[in-house]
Amino acid sequence: MPTLSAITDEQVEILIGDVLEQYGYDFTGYSRASLKRRLIRLYTLDKQVSFAEFRYKICKDSVYFRRFVEQITVNVTEMFRDPSFYKALRHKVLPNLATYPFIRVWLAGCSTGEEAYSMAILLKELNLLHKSLIYATDINPTVLEKAAQGMFPLGHMKQYSENYIESGGTQEFSSYYSASYSLAKFDSELKAKLIFSTHNLVSDHSFNEFQLILCRNVLIYFDRDLQFKVLTLFDNSLEKLGYLALGTKETTDFSPISKRYKRLETEKIWRKINE
Amino acid sequence: MKGCKALVIGGSAGSLDVLIKVLPELDTDLAFPIIIVIHRKKGTDSLLADLLSTKTQLLVKEVEEKEEILARTIYIVPSDYHLLIENDHTFSLDYSEKVNYSRPSIDVTFQSAAEVYGEQLVCLLLSGSNTDGVNGLITARNYGAEICVQDPSTAQVDFMPAQAIASVKVDHILSTEAIAAYINTLN
Repeated sequence: MPTLSAITDEQVEILIGDVLEQYGYDFTGYSRASLKRRLIRLYTLDKQVSFAEFRYKICKDSVYFRRFVEQITVNVTEMFRDPSFYKALRHKVLPNLATYPFIRVWLAGCSTGEEAYSMAILLKELNLLHKSLIYATDINPTVLEKAAQGMFPLGHMKQYSENYIESGGTQEFSSYYSASYSLAKFDSELKAKLIFSTHNLVSDHSFNEFQLILCRNVLIYFDRDLQFKVLTLFDNSLEKLGYLALGTKETTDFSPISKRYKRLETEKIWRKINE
Repeated sequence: MKGCKALVIGGSAGSLDVLIKVLPELDTDLAFPIIIVIHRKKGTDSLLADLLSTKTQLLVKEVEEKEEILARTIYIVPSDYHLLIENDHTFSLDYSEKVNYSRPSIDVTFQSAAEVYGEQLVCLLLSGSNTDGVNGLITARNYGAEICVQDPSTAQVDFMPAQAIASVKVDHILSTEAIAAYINTLN
């Protein structure tokens, strides 16, 4: 018999049941193909020898479970990713929020924080940062600790700087951070307007009303039912005339909230036109 | 092979020219989907689908996530995402780490398709300058899929197909001219 995948579909379901029962983390609405691939990746990375041992460790070792959550969720991100998206925020979205006395932004699935700091830079350049708060949330406490430090590898700055310029940035990108060994430490002025907190889109409720919600490349990991549930959560958390921004390949189309939203021409940004 | 449920084509440098030659010769009633994973720069998606759709009467479209996979359709994997296939024959996209310095990675889609389609999968690896796709072919072979590779001597960049032939038992080594006729026999 040739060696097939290290973890079977049935074993994926067993683990989903285990972590729901043991820890209350509900992965039942996650896309199976991606979840299975992440599980196999973790199993291989950690040189697990049998499913039984892998399962035991996940269930009984809470430190390892933390690693489990960190590794099976995808935490790949960058600053000013998709520059044309940030350009649209800069020119078409944020100017419409400028008249509000206070701007609340929710960045759901913020991972290690690169988008949160990008958002803060954008608000600062539009002279809105002083009256803004960015709530950046993630399911995964480990990435939030990194995000709160505001330090990113110096080696990434060249790419981020190019993204920033392409997105319409007007300043010297390096003026926003100071180099410290191999890290770029971002200004505390930006950090002061960021609130990092755990939030599980599957099980946690709305916690405020926002003018702008960004959730990019998170819904792709969910099945349709969970996508609709999370979009409804966003709808309940967004003020009328507020904006919802999704990833390049994500959409509100076919969802229960779609009729209340109007899309900005080219980008994956929708405005809430009706309550 | 008969009863093909899906054909996945992977390619990198030099593979676009092959597709441009192959697509016009394909039968327009193909009873299976063709899924194309091709390395390219970010942000050139619609251009590629537009270009390829001028070469065939088959529907050519960029993949939408959670979309149902249908016959007589050519799906192009969007740039900067991995493409996975669900057991219910829908697509999922994934923005996880690059594999072989590539996103989309050919390995990722070959492997995912192999788990879902098994012996009813055909994999075809074209011209390219890295080794992405080779591990995916090995997995697909283990699942009983049919393995085809462009004849390195007819490839613009022979490294990728040559690596595949050196690493996995290949069912068919196809010259550029023979590819379309072979695909039509799968119908």
